[in-house]
Parts: sequence; C-alpha cells; structure tokens
Amino acid sequence: MSDAQLTIQPVGETALTLSAGEGLATQRRLWAAWHALRQRLPEVEWILGVGNLTGHYDPLATPARLIEKALEGAWTHSAGSEFEQGRTIEIPVRYGGEHGPDLAPVAEQTGLTEDEVIALHAKPDYVVYCLGFLPGFAYLGGLDARISVPRRATPRLRVPAGAVGIAGNQTGIYPLASPGGWQLIGRTDTPLFDPYRETPGLLAPGDTVRFVAAA
Amino acid sequence: MSVVILKAGPQATVEDLGRPGYRPLGVPGGGACDAPALRIGNLLVGNAEGAAGLEITLGGLQLRFERAGLFALTGAAVPASLDGMPIAGWCSVQARAGSVLRLGFASEGARAYLCLAGGIAVPPVLGSRSTGLLAGLGGHHGRALQPGDVLVLGEPVPAPVGRAVRAPHRGEVLRVLPGPEWPLLTREQQKALLGAVWSVSPDSNRMGARLAGPALAVEAASLPSHAVLPGVVQLPPSGQPIVLLADAQTTGGYAKPLVVIAADLWRAAQLRPGDALRFAEVSTQAALVALGVQQDWINRIARRLSWAM
Repeated sequence: MSDAQLTIQPVGETALTLSAGEGLATQRRLWAAWHALRQRLPEVEWILGVGNLTGHYDPLATPARLIEKALEGAWTHSAGSEFEQGRTIEIPVRYGGEHGPDLAPVAEQTGLTEDEVIALHAKPDYVVYCLGFLPGFAYLGGLDARISVPRRATPRLRVPAGAVGIAGNQTGIYPLASPGGWQLIGRTDTPLFDPYRETPGLLAPGDTVRFVAAA
Repeated sequence: MSVVILKAGPQATVEDLGRPGYRPLGVPGGGACDAPALRIGNLLVGNAEGAAGLEITLGGLQLRFERAGLFALTGAAVPASLDGMPIAGWCSVQARAGSVLRLGFASEGARAYLCLAGGIAVPPVLGSRSTGLLAGLGGHHGRALQPGDVLVLGEPVPAPVGRAVRAPHRGEVLRVLPGPEWPLLTREQQKALLGAVWSVSPDSNRMGARLAGPALAVEAASLPSHAVLPGVVQLPPSGQPIVLLADAQTTGGYAKPLVVIAADLWRAAQLRPGDALRFAEVSTQAALVALGVQQDWINRIARRLSWAM
C-alpha cells in the first residue's frame, strides 16, 4: 500500500493515532511497528487497532512531537520487515443447539444448511489483527463472505463467556460474559483471558486461529 | 486493621490510579474516575497518592472501623457522620475502634472517595488494586462491595488529624479538543455539539457518561476498530454523545468528534444523571497548561502536607 493514505492524528492531548488503511499487508507492518515501539518507548501505551496504531502518553513527561516521530519512524522501518509468524492456536467449538442459538437463523439468512455454515466457519486460518473491546478479545480476519451476516437486530443482554459469533465480515469469541449483538453459532471452553497466567491473553496479534468442530 | 461494610449504597468499588500498560490486551485502564480526588484523599491521611481507596457512587455507604484510624472523604459533596457527629469532607478525620461512618447522598457530584490510612490491602491484579467490574478483575473479589465485606488495610504512616484541603470547583463546562472525526461533521452538527446544553442520562456508569440533547444526525459512523481512551466523546448513530470514563473499553468504532482534556476528566467523572453540561473548545496548548496547573496543585498539597508532619 502507498504511504499516501498514512495519517497521524491527535486524540486529545494524550494520544496520537497512526492510520494506515486496512488490509493484511498493512496490518503485518503495524505488528512490526507495534513490537518495535513497545521496546523503544515502553512508558507509552501502544494500542493496535484494525489498520491503525495509537500511542497513549503522558504529555507532561513526553512531548507529542517525540511520539509522532516514533510512530513515523517505526512505520517507515516496518516496510519490508516481515513480522515473524505468530503461533497457530486450535480452538474447539461446539456448534449449534444450545451452544449456538443463532446457527439456524444464520443458515436461513445465508441459504446454506447448518452443516455448511459450520464447515465454512471451521475451514479458514483466521488471523488475529489486534486485541481490544474486552480483555482478551481478538479481532479475527478471514471470515468466508458466504457466512457474513449482520448483527442481531436486538442485542442480547448476556452473551456467555466462550460464545463464538459472527457480525458483518468478522468472527470472534466473547472472552467474558457480557451484553452483545453478534450472531452466536457456537461455544468454546478454551479460556481466552486469565489475569493470573504469565501471559494473560491466549491470543496475540499475528497469531493464527483455527476453529475445530467438537462433538 | 480492617473496616467492615455495613451498607454499600448504589455502588462502591475499591479503586487506585488504574492498570496502565494492559490496554494492548483489551484490559481497560480503570482506576478512580476522579483521580485527583483519590490522590488528595490519600495525601490527607498520609498514604502514597496511588493507594487504594473506595469510590462511592452517589453515597449511601456505611462502614465500621475495627480499629482506630485516619480517613478522609473527598470528591462529591456527600453529607457524612461519624458516630452521629457530622464530619467535613476534604479533611483528615480520626475514627476510633468501633466507630461507624455513615454517608448520606451526594448534594453535588457523583463520586465520593474514602481514603483510609494504610490504604486498602487487596492483592494487586495486573499491577493494580482497582476493580475491573466487567471482567471481574482486581479490587475486592472483582466486584462492587456488599454488606458484610471486610476490607483489610495496610500499615498506616502517622499523619495529623484535621488537615484540610479546599474542594475544587466543578462548574458545568467540559473543555474539549477537536477529535479525529470533527472535520467529518457538518457546520450545523459542529455548532449543535458545542452550543447545546447537554444533560447526563441515567444509564451512565464507570465506562461512560451518556448525554441527552438535540439528536445529531450521524452518517456512516462506523470506523475500523481503533483505540479509545477516557475523555473521548463518541458519537454513535443515535446522535447522543458518550463521554468515556475510566472503565471505557479499549477499542471502539464510533466517530470521535471531541476529546475532553485530561485536566477536566475529573469534572466528567463527577457528572450525575440530570446534570447539565456544555463543551467549550480550547487549544492543545491550553489543555497542556491546565494539566500542568492541576499537577502543580496536587504537588503543592503534597508538599504542604509533608511539612505539616
């Protein structure tokens, strides 16, 4: 992608966001830049988004100019630097029934059978673009367009931890029980977030996720 | 040394200055919504500024001291009594063993802070004692306090009784900087956002203060997921802005037309349902000066209180 789309914008006086446009190639560069910045300026919180990267800093300790330079520099150096492949993590999912109450409506909306929806969901290697929204929640890229469905018209007040859902061109796993509007097609017992683990989040940016249909 | 919660009121949680460094994992920063009030309360009782205290939403809390100790009540103006005698806020007060502290309901502001000498000694989780309500993380068993809860306190540093600080004035204005999506609003929308008197909705919480006012028609408000922070003013498709507070989720997809300056985050935190507010645009330079002034104010209090030892 061309750097012409690149912008660095302030979000108040305590954060700067570099936006680079969407796509997997861009995201790979952002992962590389993110790792470099976390090492270089660990006192700043570097937060990845989808196609963007934000530095959250104390403006009384660090001038904005320094953060801007660091973002520019890390982005420039990320060109061509292949981010090392993350881990591949298999997540067993019980699809349908009580575990995936929206599997039948998703099949209906897409004109597929429930088994076809499961097969299409469990087939791809999904890429963890970034984490956010809830502790340990991963933004996954790679959903088959044939099973892309909109959010539920009425969000649920409580989605259980481990619920696997679809919304638009995204699929994801709820790490905690919370309200939510995604179409739930299954559920996993794999814990995504444990604050007492040395690495609290199961998934990291750059990891690959495979859903495996479990009995 | 410990205290026993007799009544918890609408919501009381253990909070310190938050959990920095875990946003990249999706963990909110958290901590006291009105951080200066917690910092000053701690200084009044001889604690480190970032010791854990109680954030008490609207009031209604009652607790008993199991042993004698100093405490201070800051933040929202809440009528309070110790063993039936009225006590002042923003002042260090001595409780005896068995003393009962009773809070009424706030006459002004939304969140009071109770700082106890020694600080609340819950175990830190991910570097902080603050309560992550959504994830059930940290604080007292990851949840709001309930009657019967016993909070163990740390070792106090001797500090004098009766030290007092003047409460800051809140007003109705939140100073803001234009956010990344400010230029995407029409002139009419910009004028409405800055010109309107907004009112705080009842469905506000530690994640954000929801505002009601003139509905601003918003088109294509869904953006690629990006970091959001306390102070960010989100404009969802409903057209009713949300001012994000300490427990804000780490990423979002709504437009961000404004950002409340860091020095006014405490003002946003003290808004309660029904309160009126306006936004006033300032320059980045003014925002930095305001933050420096606030830091100096707290530093001066810290120096004055340490001399008084």
